[in-house]
Amino acid sequence: MRTRALAIRIIRQFLRDKRTLALLFLAPLLVLTLMHFVFNGQQVKPHIGVAGIAPQMYESLNIKDANLTSYDNQKDAEKALKNGDLDAVFSIVNGQPAILMEGSDPAVSRSVILVLQKALQVNLNVPKPNVSYLHGGEDLSSFDSFGPVLIGFFSFFFVFLLAGVAFLRERTTGTLERLMATPIRRSEVVGGYLLGFGVFTLLQASLIAWYSISVLGMYMVGAVGLVLLVNLLLTLTALTLGTLLSSYARSEFQIIQFIPIVIVPQVFFSGLFNLDAMEPWLQKISYAMPLYYGADAMRSIMIRGEAFSDIQLDIFVLLGFSILFALLNILALKKQRAI
Amino acid sequence: MHVVDVLSVTRRFGAKTVLKDVTLSVERGEIFGLLGPSGSGKTTLIKLMTGIDKSDEGTVRMLGEQMPKLAMLQRFGYMAQSDALYQELTALENLQFFASLYGLSGSRRKERIQAAMKVVDLLDHLNKPVAAYSGGMKRRLSLAISLLHEPELLILDEPTVGIDPVLRQSIWNELTALKERGTTIILTTHVMDEAEKCDRIGLIRNGELTAVDSPEGLKSASGTDSLEQAFIVLGGGVRA
Repeated sequence: MRTRALAIRIIRQFLRDKRTLALLFLAPLLVLTLMHFVFNGQQVKPHIGVAGIAPQMYESLNIKDANLTSYDNQKDAEKALKNGDLDAVFSIVNGQPAILMEGSDPAVSRSVILVLQKALQVNLNVPKPNVSYLHGGEDLSSFDSFGPVLIGFFSFFFVFLLAGVAFLRERTTGTLERLMATPIRRSEVVGGYLLGFGVFTLLQASLIAWYSISVLGMYMVGAVGLVLLVNLLLTLTALTLGTLLSSYARSEFQIIQFIPIVIVPQVFFSGLFNLDAMEPWLQKISYAMPLYYGADAMRSIMIRGEAFSDIQLDIFVLLGFSILFALLNILALKKQRAI
Repeated sequence: MHVVDVLSVTRRFGAKTVLKDVTLSVERGEIFGLLGPSGSGKTTLIKLMTGIDKSDEGTVRMLGEQMPKLAMLQRFGYMAQSDALYQELTALENLQFFASLYGLSGSRRKERIQAAMKVVDLLDHLNKPVAAYSGGMKRRLSLAISLLHEPELLILDEPTVGIDPVLRQSIWNELTALKERGTTIILTTHVMDEAEKCDRIGLIRNGELTAVDSPEGLKSASGTDSLEQAFIVLGGGVRA
């Protein structure tokens, strides 16, 4: 009953605080929408200058994926490159094709090479390979690819922040001390927080998942129920971790200081970036990061359509993290009351 | 039987000794005041009595039970030094929350909330958010919360700090009325004239209990005619 009373109180406080509600529910949607527009737009056509190539050769290049400009000589083309009008200059020197890159953006450089290779291949009459996909497809954009990770990340991040600050405020305003002078058990305090915040995190997880899939049209072939389950577990981990760490913060500002230490490293190890190039022993750090398991499970469900049995390890590890952090929370409350 | 027994209790925080070998007993039905300047160890002693904190040496007993003990937290009402209230919630919601923590529910809870708010004369402001309360109203609401479960012992940490004289008078009237109904009250204060109203006072200074007696007893023991003088004499004289 005391757990329920605490949960009801947290829910009531939450409903009074419109701005925090907005942060929890609207901020993730806003950021996801921005991400959607940034990474899901039309493919960028590189600007390529072509210098010193015979007209018939120029025609036969027949490049559709780039904006081509013809220059009379190499010098003019290089000048345009320097001015920032071009991304690359393509020329043929002594019968040998040559590309001069602007080079400051590796993504653009790669797309220039891709476009020119494609064009030269066609001209060499090499048969085009038939490409088929095991997962996803030709249309899978980068937003689709890391979207599932983002869904998990935003749920994690905002809940971590809110839970941390809420619990800290309970301590700094003296209400926690007052709470601990009632017959409530330490486990009931942690349970009440889990229950009260749990209601909102469940709503948040559902909203983010629905918005990403139905409104932003994120690629999704798995079960919605599983997405919600993983998201909920991820937010429970964030909730227990946030309240645990807030025991070691003296102010809201010190909660913010946990972001570069606790949140940002998790982003790097969450699968947003390919870790294969990293030292193998460094890669193992990801095993200690809750977001790694959440992101892995979200990707498996949404892109590869995997079932519960395929991702159960991720689910159990997340559950384990939550339980571990909750128990540590109960222990940390001993700082507030001897029993 | 004593309501609270403190037996040669010492409490240290790191290298700092906050309470040194304190021994005192509180009788049933009295108003017992702990008088001392801020930082003297009053709040620490209160926390040891309630079982929120644990002593390094010595024992604390409340109603015969050795502290700290979870079940004993149900037996006393507590009012902390700061107004530990949820500002966003209304007074009623604050009361409902704490009442539930003490195991009150349904019509009994409603009845107790009404009764406690009547004692502190805040019945008309039940549905106001606490953020709209004045400082004095918040103190009275805190007091009402400590009365919810009709405890036989009230422990109040600086109950009248920052309150105007009229309100202070009204809180004292309430405390006296509670005492007459048999409630034991332990409170801390650093105001001398407030200490005069207690049945007995413990003088505390730098973590040491220098004297325990009735206000009159303290004055005659020190040969002075004011509690302030008595505090200086019994506390080991004026310090440079």
